[in-house]
Amino acid sequence: QKVSVEVLDHLEHLALVDFRDSEGVERLQKAIQFADQLHEVNTEGVEPMDSVLEDRCLYLREDDVTEGNCTKELLENAREKVEEYFVAPPGNIPLPKLDERETFLQGS
Amino acid sequence: AALKDGLRSQVSAALKEGRVTPTELCQRCLALIKTTKFLNAYITVAEQIALKQAEESEERYKRGQPLGILDGIPIAVKDNFNTTGIETTCASNMLKGYISPYNATVVQKLLDQGAVLLGKTNLDEFAMGSGSTDGVFGPVRNPWSYSKQYKEKSVPKSHSEDEESNWVITGGSSGGSAAAVSSFTCFAALGSDTGGSTRNPAAHCGVVGLKPTYGLISRHGLIPLVNSMDVPGILTRCVDDAAVLLGSLAGHDPKDSTTIQDDFKPFELPNLTDVSKLSIGIPKEYHTPGLSSEILALWSKAADLFKNAGAKVVEVSLPHTRYSIVCYHVLCTAEVASNMARFDGLEYGHRSDMKDSTESMYAATRREGFNGVVRGRILSGNYFLLKQNYEKYFVKAQKVRRLIANDFVKVFRSGVDILLTPTTLSDAAPYTEFIQEDNRTRSAQDDILTQAANMAGLPAINVPTALSERGLPVGLQFIGRSFQEKQLLTVAKWFEKQVQFPVIQLEEVKRHDSDVFQHQKSASFS
Repeated sequence: QKVSVEVLDHLEHLALVDFRDSEGVERLQKAIQFADQLHEVNTEGVEPMDSVLEDRCLYLREDDVTEGNCTKELLENAREKVEEYFVAPPGNIPLPKLDERETFLQGS
Repeated sequence: AALKDGLRSQVSAALKEGRVTPTELCQRCLALIKTTKFLNAYITVAEQIALKQAEESEERYKRGQPLGILDGIPIAVKDNFNTTGIETTCASNMLKGYISPYNATVVQKLLDQGAVLLGKTNLDEFAMGSGSTDGVFGPVRNPWSYSKQYKEKSVPKSHSEDEESNWVITGGSSGGSAAAVSSFTCFAALGSDTGGSTRNPAAHCGVVGLKPTYGLISRHGLIPLVNSMDVPGILTRCVDDAAVLLGSLAGHDPKDSTTIQDDFKPFELPNLTDVSKLSIGIPKEYHTPGLSSEILALWSKAADLFKNAGAKVVEVSLPHTRYSIVCYHVLCTAEVASNMARFDGLEYGHRSDMKDSTESMYAATRREGFNGVVRGRILSGNYFLLKQNYEKYFVKAQKVRRLIANDFVKVFRSGVDILLTPTTLSDAAPYTEFIQEDNRTRSAQDDILTQAANMAGLPAINVPTALSERGLPVGLQFIGRSFQEKQLLTVAKWFEKQVQFPVIQLEEVKRHDSDVFQHQKSASFS
């Protein structure tokens, strides 16, 4: 089954990355096909594995402040900043809908 | 001392005795980097910083107070490890010009022991790939392309044509590091290994590539690909040197909560002479379609080698092997989708000029900063993580992962100490041939033999074994039990001694290192 344009559009919104061209979409199709082989495996009664270290306890340290105060270093790599703030364009504005934005998917 | 010497056995002694100085060593490596520039192994060469480190090291040697065996030793680091003062790009437009405010723990450890950081090596963009061909700084060339051994075997139509179009890939994604070690521009290099990214180029470049157990070496500062599988990798010219590097890097790091808290004791490798108590497992599923008959023969020969030396060699089964690559594909893309979300242009890295809204700025930044491979994996990962797909793909893959890990547990529990498998399906392909297939297809093919060790978190090492009919390196892989690196490396060292892999004969190195070449025993393996 081919992935619908709605799902492709949804993915572009979620990932904030574009498919760019038909090759990009084809790539996803092939990836799904490849992944479908997983369903050949019988995983009845098998617990999902998050980490190979699941039998060990995480290291917990004392709740003491041991580092910080590096505002200057952290801001150095940002392109747009004002005083101690990172500056972003206005938020709460959703990405334009499929028919309003420039995307390869528009034609589909 | 020659640039080809082993760390522990020769160079360290030479430095201590003053037969060579750290600045001499550093200068020779820097000069060699310049003349081997065509390999494109380095993205950034930190000449001034390296020379300064070398001078400081020299002072320590003069005072008779070297910090340890790595003091003054030139090393290279894959460009996905954070380094202060030196650009960290991950071979991507997203991080061009990015200078990290901190050193990765493994980098810091090397510097604390006086190692001289020559520069950052080339890779596939964000370590996604198996050829070191997909970074924005161009592909890395395998030094063996320019070796006497390869040239002798290829049929050149004309001298200039064969050099330019016949060159072979290094494998990946740590190709730059492998090429740097292979061409003698450094004594050791750091790579990373998520699906085979250290062992694969090690095999193609004829160097030792060690993937340590997950949790042994800190990932703090290693720009993550798959948090549950990534490990820093070690590339050296001999197994003893890998043990030295391991000794200086392993151990708990409070800054990486996925490192185990057990005490780690650095070790020297014994010279194993009696292998009769060893049980070597040969997983039959690794005899996979696509495996070249050459490598199959070499693998078989290696098994016989152990048998004839008295070891117990048994065929074993890892039944879920063929699903490992599919499982990896889903888990990797899913974790990548999450890990790449941090690149939005706001705090660091590339930022688009788009100002309409936060989201459109993020989208434009990522559109401009990531190459097709990265974007493809992010999109695939997001697909598998969609609510309607989560159980079907992501959780399913996690269940299959447990089955794969359990396969290994069962085999090791049955009395097998070490597994012996091929590392790659064939010797290095010519670049022109490699790029005919896309990155995902190639990765799926090339990772098949290395990937399962990452799935199970097990230590694994590539040992250069012999030259192929084309005159290119072929390596074999040993996989060990969790945290049993000493046993793994001991066996690898024994094997290395048996096969006597030939030294690469590079014109460039001959010109620069006029010391007499070490006499290599001619009893080579194939």
